Amino acid sequence: MSQLAPLTVAVPLLGAALLSVAHVLLGRAVADALAIAAAVATMVMTLLLLVHVGDGLTVYWFGGWHPRAGVAIGIDFAVGPIGAGLATFVSLLMVLALIYGSRHVSVEHPYYQVLMLTFLAGMIGFCLSGDLFNMFVMFEVMSVSAVALVGYKVHERAALEGGLNFAVINTIGAFLFLLGIGVLYGHTGALNLAQIGRALHHSGNSRVVVVAFVLIASALLIKAAIVPFHFWLADAYAVALSPVCILLAGAMSEMGIYGLARIWFTAFSPALGGHAATLRVIFVGAGIITALWGAAMALSEDHLKRMLAFTTIALVGVYLIGVGLLSEDGIAAVAVFVVGDGFVKALLFACVGILQQRTGWVSQRRLHGRGRHLRVTGLLFAAGGLLMASLPPFGSFLGKSMLDDAAIKAGYSFLPPLVMLVSAMCGAAVLRAGARIFLGWGPAPAAQDETDDDTEPEADAVLDRTPALMLIPVLGLLVGAIGTGAWPGFAGLAASAAHRFVDVSGYATIVYGGSASLHSVGSSAPEWFDYLYGGGASVLALAIVALDLWGERPTQLWGAIQGAATQLVRPLRSVHSGKIGDYTAALTLGVGVLGALIALTLG
Amino acid sequence: MSVYPYLVAAWLLGVGLYGVITSRNYVHLIVCLTVMQASTYVLLLSVGNVAGGKAPIFADIPSRSVVVDPVVQALTLTDVVVEATVVALLLALVIQANKRFGTTDPNRMNRMKD
Repeated sequence: MSQLAPLTVAVPLLGAALLSVAHVLLGRAVADALAIAAAVATMVMTLLLLVHVGDGLTVYWFGGWHPRAGVAIGIDFAVGPIGAGLATFVSLLMVLALIYGSRHVSVEHPYYQVLMLTFLAGMIGFCLSGDLFNMFVMFEVMSVSAVALVGYKVHERAALEGGLNFAVINTIGAFLFLLGIGVLYGHTGALNLAQIGRALHHSGNSRVVVVAFVLIASALLIKAAIVPFHFWLADAYAVALSPVCILLAGAMSEMGIYGLARIWFTAFSPALGGHAATLRVIFVGAGIITALWGAAMALSEDHLKRMLAFTTIALVGVYLIGVGLLSEDGIAAVAVFVVGDGFVKALLFACVGILQQRTGWVSQRRLHGRGRHLRVTGLLFAAGGLLMASLPPFGSFLGKSMLDDAAIKAGYSFLPPLVMLVSAMCGAAVLRAGARIFLGWGPAPAAQDETDDDTEPEADAVLDRTPALMLIPVLGLLVGAIGTGAWPGFAGLAASAAHRFVDVSGYATIVYGGSASLHSVGSSAPEWFDYLYGGGASVLALAIVALDLWGERPTQLWGAIQGAATQLVRPLRSVHSGKIGDYTAALTLGVGVLGALIALTLG
Repeated sequence: MSVYPYLVAAWLLGVGLYGVITSRNYVHLIVCLTVMQASTYVLLLSVGNVAGGKAPIFADIPSRSVVVDPVVQALTLTDVVVEATVVALLLALVIQANKRFGTTDPNRMNRMKD
């Protein structure tokens, strides 16, 4: 069964190759069908792998080069339940995105389908790889495909700019990654994660290890878009085609977080594990800043896709809080959260895509009250907003409640209210936009001049009806978002998967051909206070929307809060200059601060 | 192993970064990125260097001779290939920017902000 592991990367790549060669013979419909078939095949294989792996670990050595005398000669895929689960989730999103995109007017074949498949291959390879350098290569495969997909609409200035910013920042991240790999290889003589872990276990902590960790962690945080590395994300996600956004927001942002957790628990924790308490403070702190920054920006943003991009940033911050706890419970919580919220973000981007195809615009001001006839889309959008505000008992609520428990267990009891606030702000941003567009609530915008909205209609022609092939995948996303919370066994599966994920010595033993079994773990059901926090976030979100939209004359207190919020957000907004030089300077500063913090406390 | 190659790598990374931050032309900016990339080459190759080591091609040298580490050379080669793709893609985007909007200045490209 482990033979399937390499095929999950090979099949989408072969599909892409076939499409790019044979496209002259194929029509759009055939090209779409081929791409969907390749994605479905990949999804089935990743699912089989996931079921086969269970709570164990399957290792596949390319070319049969097994390790000899403690040296990993070959390159391996080390498939654990978290990696296989993420790969399955990514390929499921890809299938839905490709179906959704097949009725997307402005997509030319075969480039779009080819790029989507290479994007898929890169992400799956990144999830499964057990080799640090292979992770770097897959990181680049995924970045290059994503850049091309973001800059796809070359006739738009914003798309070119978004693509260029994305490419430059992520390329700098890739250099940092590679420099870290070089330093680590010089120190340990190894590229295999398990071998690095063993070598670092013997050598212990040293300045070289810290430098390597800072470089690699920075690269992964750039991919995850943690403040101050996040600037590229809003520019890129705002301009990407909607089917691409489903993948970007639902899957790619999570790759950085996954990568960070993976390298920590396989390679670095044997050497740096003694300083986990310090690192916890740094990562949780960065996560909090990112979550609040993203949520505040989302509330102040008019452009729908940029707004959703900022909610993505906010949620990635929450994921970093969970992973940054560096605990088994944190990993389990984030695993559930990523799936539950991934569906929600994908659903919202897909709804915006439909809106864009039907009306031609993505600006809240322009769309005010213009979505009244789009009832189904409006309902789906509102459902997405409520789910984002972690309405119990659905997927994002389950993840949030597990995160709350993990935070309290780690001694961070101030985190649950904070995460509740972030969920409420993100949910409020979405619900308020929905109420403005689909119900026409709130004050109508002042007369606008034609130049204030720089987004161009995504569709070449505005559609009269929403194609069923666009709505069905959106319904699928909604079912996924609800189902992850309603499925009673999900939390338990995530808990045992996380138990495997954090087992450093077991990982190395299995990679070297041994076996290591784990006793099973139980998972706790959400407590009463979890419902309080989840319900609280939903109520708070609705309250913000109501106060913001209904107040003909807002109360004095709310007026003061609004004024203060505007003052607070203004400097944040002005930093998002769109200039690549500024973004790179922020990146340099971020790496410097991260490096200084980690070096001072660990060196 | 001497410390100089590492200083060179750090220097290349620093000047490349400075170039990217201050650049007013995308083509120049991309060249600055390749300067940063050169620092990864220098670092990788110096990590694998062995004083007096020969090229790791055993066709014409005795099989017990001291050679430099071939793994980092393979990494460097992969890096060259991967980044060539990135640079090609970036330059393609810049060509489109110049063709359609008549500018290669990053500061004149942006209309995203409010």
